[in-house]
Amino acid sequence: MQEIYYLSEYPLLSAIVFLPLIGAAAILLMRDANSIRWTSLVVTLGVMVISLPILSGFDKTTYFMQYAEKYEWIPAWGINYFIGIDGISIFFLFLTILLSILSVLVSWKSVETKVKEFHIALLLMETAVLGVFVSLDFFLFYLFWEMMLIPMFILIGVWGGPNRVYAAVKFFLFTLAGSVLMLVGIVVIYFYAGRTLNILTLNSIDYPVIMQYWLFLAFFAAFAVKVPMFPFHTWLPDAHTEAPTAGSVMLAGVLIKMGAYGFLRFSIPMFPAAAEFFAPVLLLLSVIAIIYGAFVCFAQKDLKRLIAYSSVSHMGFVTLGIFAFNTQGLEGGILQMLNHGVITGALFLMVGIIYERTHTRQIADYGGFARLVPWYAGIFMVFTLAAIGLPGTNGFIGEFLIILGAFSRQKFFGILAATGIILGAGYMLRLYQKIFFEAPREGLFVSDIGMREALTLIPLIALVFWMGMFPNVFLGYIHASVQHLMYRYEINLNTGFAFDYLQWLTGGN
Amino acid sequence: MRDGDAIRIDIYRWIVSGNFSVSIGILIDRLSSVMLIVVTSISSLVFIYSIGYMHGDKGYARFFSYLSLFVFSMLMLVLADNFLLLYFGWEAVGLCSYLLIGFWFEKKSAADAGKKAFIVNRFGDFGFGLGVILIFLTFGSLEYMKVFSGAGAALGQTVNIFGHEVDTITLICLLLFCGAMGKSAQVPLHVWLPDAMEGPTPVSALIHAATMVTAGVYLVARCNPLFSLSSTAMTTVAVVGGTTAVFAATIGLVQNDIKRVIAYSTVSQLGYMFLALGVGAYSAGIFHLYTHAYFKALLFLGSGSVIHAMNNEMNMQKMGGLKKYMPVTYATFMIASLSISGIPGLAGFFSKDEILWRAYLAGEGSGRILWMLATAAAFMTAFYSFRLIFLTFHGSFRGSAEQEHHLHESPAVMTVPLMILAVGALAAGWVGIPPLLLEHGDRIGEFLAPVLGHPAGEGLHSEEMMVMGVSVLVSLAGILAAVIFYIKKRDLPERTASAFKPVYTMLYNKYWADELYEKILVSPVLRMSDKVFLGFFDGRLIEGIVNGIPSFIGSFSRGLRKMQTGLISSYAFMMAAGMLIILGMFFFF
Repeated sequence: MQEIYYLSEYPLLSAIVFLPLIGAAAILLMRDANSIRWTSLVVTLGVMVISLPILSGFDKTTYFMQYAEKYEWIPAWGINYFIGIDGISIFFLFLTILLSILSVLVSWKSVETKVKEFHIALLLMETAVLGVFVSLDFFLFYLFWEMMLIPMFILIGVWGGPNRVYAAVKFFLFTLAGSVLMLVGIVVIYFYAGRTLNILTLNSIDYPVIMQYWLFLAFFAAFAVKVPMFPFHTWLPDAHTEAPTAGSVMLAGVLIKMGAYGFLRFSIPMFPAAAEFFAPVLLLLSVIAIIYGAFVCFAQKDLKRLIAYSSVSHMGFVTLGIFAFNTQGLEGGILQMLNHGVITGALFLMVGIIYERTHTRQIADYGGFARLVPWYAGIFMVFTLAAIGLPGTNGFIGEFLIILGAFSRQKFFGILAATGIILGAGYMLRLYQKIFFEAPREGLFVSDIGMREALTLIPLIALVFWMGMFPNVFLGYIHASVQHLMYRYEINLNTGFAFDYLQWLTGGN
Repeated sequence: MRDGDAIRIDIYRWIVSGNFSVSIGILIDRLSSVMLIVVTSISSLVFIYSIGYMHGDKGYARFFSYLSLFVFSMLMLVLADNFLLLYFGWEAVGLCSYLLIGFWFEKKSAADAGKKAFIVNRFGDFGFGLGVILIFLTFGSLEYMKVFSGAGAALGQTVNIFGHEVDTITLICLLLFCGAMGKSAQVPLHVWLPDAMEGPTPVSALIHAATMVTAGVYLVARCNPLFSLSSTAMTTVAVVGGTTAVFAATIGLVQNDIKRVIAYSTVSQLGYMFLALGVGAYSAGIFHLYTHAYFKALLFLGSGSVIHAMNNEMNMQKMGGLKKYMPVTYATFMIASLSISGIPGLAGFFSKDEILWRAYLAGEGSGRILWMLATAAAFMTAFYSFRLIFLTFHGSFRGSAEQEHHLHESPAVMTVPLMILAVGALAAGWVGIPPLLLEHGDRIGEFLAPVLGHPAGEGLHSEEMMVMGVSVLVSLAGILAAVIFYIKKRDLPERTASAFKPVYTMLYNKYWADELYEKILVSPVLRMSDKVFLGFFDGRLIEGIVNGIPSFIGSFSRGLRKMQTGLISSYAFMMAAGMLIILGMFFFF
């Protein structure tokens, strides 16, 4: 079989993935809280430094896996240590790396108890999430996938809000329930494909159509919960609301992206016929998520919960783009994941900043903050505008490409999704008004953004405009891989359905 | 720039994805150059004026940065060479409008008004955005040049929308027009503009009179190669424009807030422009846009001068007799009012007359109706404009003694821009004198012809004279009526209002459009979000199932646990029973 990857000269990816793990081990030996914080920061920054050559040396013209490393691990079971990245995974890597740094910074003062354990959990999570995005062996993938659960569970359960235990357990059970079905699917594939777990090999095999349906559903369970797609979303508001700021940032920024990444990496290339068959339902669930998530935002009284539900709406756009199965939809979907990571990550940072000062998240407790904290208000406005997809910000590019993709596949869904831009403006501006406008409460004193906080926010502000004005810089990395995905999807597409329920569902639109 | 030449500069590729590609690029042709004249001249005057008007405001720097951002966005809007960049500018001016309406955000009404403007516009942009997408899917490009040159080939194509075959070009035009209706405050998306008066007055002059609100007119004029191919779309534009012209004018008759009267007047005049576009007289629409920019900016800045002197009082019933305190403001205001009323020789006369004449020419049946609507609106325009003048500047002062003590003419930094604008309100129309009065007088029409074409239809000179005569008579009648109502017989307004109580209440309450939207849109959305979506679906249904499964497992395992009794005898019994069952199955099957 043709090898579709380029081996790396240096184990750069391994270094990136395992440096946080080593850092966590080092922190284990430390006592002083401040040196723990600094170590954590240096480690996450170090990961960033190591990753820079990857970005500059990445070959945008190929869909091959790059910077690959492949060693035999458990030969008896056909398990390899096999990692690499392509245009689809590269930005998730960078998003994780960036948000990890910011998570360390934002927890500098807000986490005062069990500092050591907190940073160990944070670093372990970075390793796990990076591992998920680079794994090219199913065993390795599943290992990282499940490994990520534990630090997140601990972050929510230990440093979370008053209802943290309920939220942590709910998060854990939801995700685990989905993952177990995926595990069954992996085992089935393993035996069908002749005892291999090589994802690249598995991606190029043709599976019988009926088998595709079942496997698609098994994987769907894991990914749909993670995204989360409607109606599997109810763990998200609880988890976000209770999680500490760093937890929310990682959760919104990268963890929920793993679901959509799974669709792109596994579901579509492995089970194209099933993906096509289920697409109308998935598209429908996506637009429901967009509209439903937006509506629910109107009714929120808790700031963090509102942002969490807005994630449901935004991730609806992502899955809508992905299941539109055309270039604009897929590229828009991938870009929108980055956008969402940046924007919602930033919004959770902003919420954390204000929570540190006011110790409340009830929207009704705010008001008039534009006068009290003008810098904070201005920055919040930038992210608000990005969230509602104003042109010039990154949110616009993603939403536009997705609606274009959805509309050209099925007008009905494109039109419904476009209502999301009205609703989005509605709830976000309403929120903005309640927090920042009108008169502040008597005697309320809140200090504006500090230096450390500004440092965490500046990279995200820069990304909002950079991705909004020069999206081609980012789309350039994605083109080749998306083209290959489309090719893979089209040649494997089994179009001989007896019952065209796509037509039936939408009346031909 | 020579005959019909256009300058195009492709700056860089903005978005590329598959076969979709769009650039940041500039197009300067005759249409955008007219827009440039309007935008840059009005904005520089407003900037100068604002130095005086905003003096001492806490947000002085913030004001000018927003205003500069607006001018940038507006220039981008008119200079874009493709639909997506147009959309960019379109949204960006919307953002500036939002920020500037809510400039004094500590006032709830200002914050509300800004939000309302943004969201109402998003309703229009919903259509606009889909229109842009449909343009790309139909023409494979978003560049004006490619789209317009391919328009003919797309004629007769249809798209399937919810099972109905719809003409593609018509659909595109109607979707774009949705955006135009939002931005240019046409019925039924007009509700945001009067509220937008919460913003500082220079903002009202620049954004909500002269430039941003005319973006919709610009959009339709820019897309004239598409609109001309769809009679359905053209009729829609004309009818919406004509209706809005009358609708808003009637509301303007009875309002007491000085800025709101001018705001409704703006809505009404924008309706005029759409009426012109809808009958195919694109250059007449742009001509009116251009003259309107001067006299309407002047009216707003003049009212700002009044408000400044009145210490932020905006109720005209509390003004009166200001002309002796503010002679410059009064004189310039008078010129603007005469101009908007269509008194011969002034700017407004020429552009309005052109529109009336083109409406008249549009056809025996519908054209006459449009013409009559426009003529009725012209009467009301003259009436409310002079009602405003008489209530504000004539008669005796009706405010408090404290206010009277403070009355003063504004400083030169404010009055000089007024005077310059007054020159515009006087003379801006001289570039478009009808050929009937002066051969080759319609220079702006000829200048724009390479982009906008010549309007169809020729009429008799006698008819044109008649239309012009009627328009002048109607204007004079409107002014005369205002004189009678507000100078001669001061008790007449009161008596008329009580005689036609229901009509007056309806107009005074702006046909209850806000209340209607609140009832059928805003509060249902909020209620539904809370009760149906969050309360029922999320809270009961999904969470019920989610929490139901663990509790089911819990009770199931409690049942199982009962079997673990710890008694050897019961275990032995179960084992025996199990063996019997297995044996039984073995024998029977």
